[in-house]
Amino acid sequence: MKRAFPILAVVTAILLAYAFYEAIWVAPMERTMGDVQRIFYYHVPSAWTAFLLFFVNLVASVIYLVRRNPRADAVALVSAEVGVVFCTIVLVTGPIWARPVWGIWWTWDIRLTTTLVLWLIYVSYLVLRRFSESSQTPKLAAVLAIFGALDVPLVYFSIWFFRTQHPQPVIGGGGSIDPRMLHVLLINWLAFSCLALVFSWARYRLELLQREVEEAESLQSLRGVPQ
Amino acid sequence: MSLMRSITWATLAKDIRLEWRSKDALNSMLFFSLLVVVIFSFSFDPNAEESREIAGGLIWVAFLFAAVVALNQTWARELRNQVLDAYRVSPAPATALFVAKALGNFILVSVLEALMAPLFMIFYNLRALGAAWQLIPVAILGTWALVVNGTFFAAMSLRTRSREIMLPLLLFPISIPAVQSMVEATRIILSGDGAARFWIVLLLTYDMVFTTACLALFETVLQAE
Repeated sequence: MKRAFPILAVVTAILLAYAFYEAIWVAPMERTMGDVQRIFYYHVPSAWTAFLLFFVNLVASVIYLVRRNPRADAVALVSAEVGVVFCTIVLVTGPIWARPVWGIWWTWDIRLTTTLVLWLIYVSYLVLRRFSESSQTPKLAAVLAIFGALDVPLVYFSIWFFRTQHPQPVIGGGGSIDPRMLHVLLINWLAFSCLALVFSWARYRLELLQREVEEAESLQSLRGVPQ
Repeated sequence: MSLMRSITWATLAKDIRLEWRSKDALNSMLFFSLLVVVIFSFSFDPNAEESREIAGGLIWVAFLFAAVVALNQTWARELRNQVLDAYRVSPAPATALFVAKALGNFILVSVLEALMAPLFMIFYNLRALGAAWQLIPVAILGTWALVVNGTFFAAMSLRTRSREIMLPLLLFPISIPAVQSMVEATRIILSGDGAARFWIVLLLTYDMVFTTACLALFETVLQAE
């Protein structure tokens, strides 16, 4: 398993380079938006990756609550952290694209708002993990993850209704996509998923090592061995 | 079932008696929300016609902030003299304790709302143009939505550093759909354009989903130490 990590890292680097080449030079220019549309190849794959990681977080949290397996908790922590990173990329690249295309940085559109609330929920999850002192942090965090997951559909419905009540002049999406663009998009998604896997893997190993160190330290202090 | 009911009742009666004799939480909440009202009225022009549009938001934001004051002291009282530890080792169901605490907070915040709502009406010259009776289900469901999750997250943040700030950090993100529903329903009822039914149903759904989740997971949170 340990040898697989460098291989995965190299594959990810190659994939990212290829995906970058495809997105910047190969993908056809969008007729109305021009070059700024290329941010789409980073924005959308980041969003899909973030949502996937948040889903992994939910599954790992449920597994932890049922089985009390510390590895499941480490997976939950790592997927939330990396998920927040990718979600931040989504929230930053979105307005950069929206400004020239829609003429505004931000609109309280359904997908934007849901992503923002999702980001807020997972940041509060990380804050809880950071501030919680007891050895029971994993249990509390897993409970919060379930609450967050229950909240997401409610957020979606509330904003969906809100926005159908007050239609906005700018609603992105809809329509069809050029097959060449779709191809580039999927390559980028693959590259970003691999990148997320590399990050999560490294962070996961770090987390396990850190826990081992903490355990060893507390054992040492229990025995009363001078440092 | 009767055990559950008697424990719930005993805890609730004890909390209400304590609050009735000291009135600490209620007084500080009342004064706090009064301050919020006054500060908001300096930030926005309260006499304008559009005050009807924003009043729903102001009222609920004031109540949300004030509720945090009450929620923060929900469990603090039980930490002294290891009451919570005693509860943990007792065979009493954890949900009874939770229901009692949530109901206690619900009563406290409802009293606050009943006292503050007339003041809002006076300060902002409000008059409901829609069906005013609908404000009652909105208030009941909205208060429960804040209080049920608030009581739960207050128990979660007991073991964290800087507990007092932790509660809003956990509660506010999860409460966004509930707050939006309350604000929108109140706005619709006050301004009289459109029907508030969707928002009331959404609030009801929110309440049902999170009440179930709180009851199912409270045992885990109580035992986590």
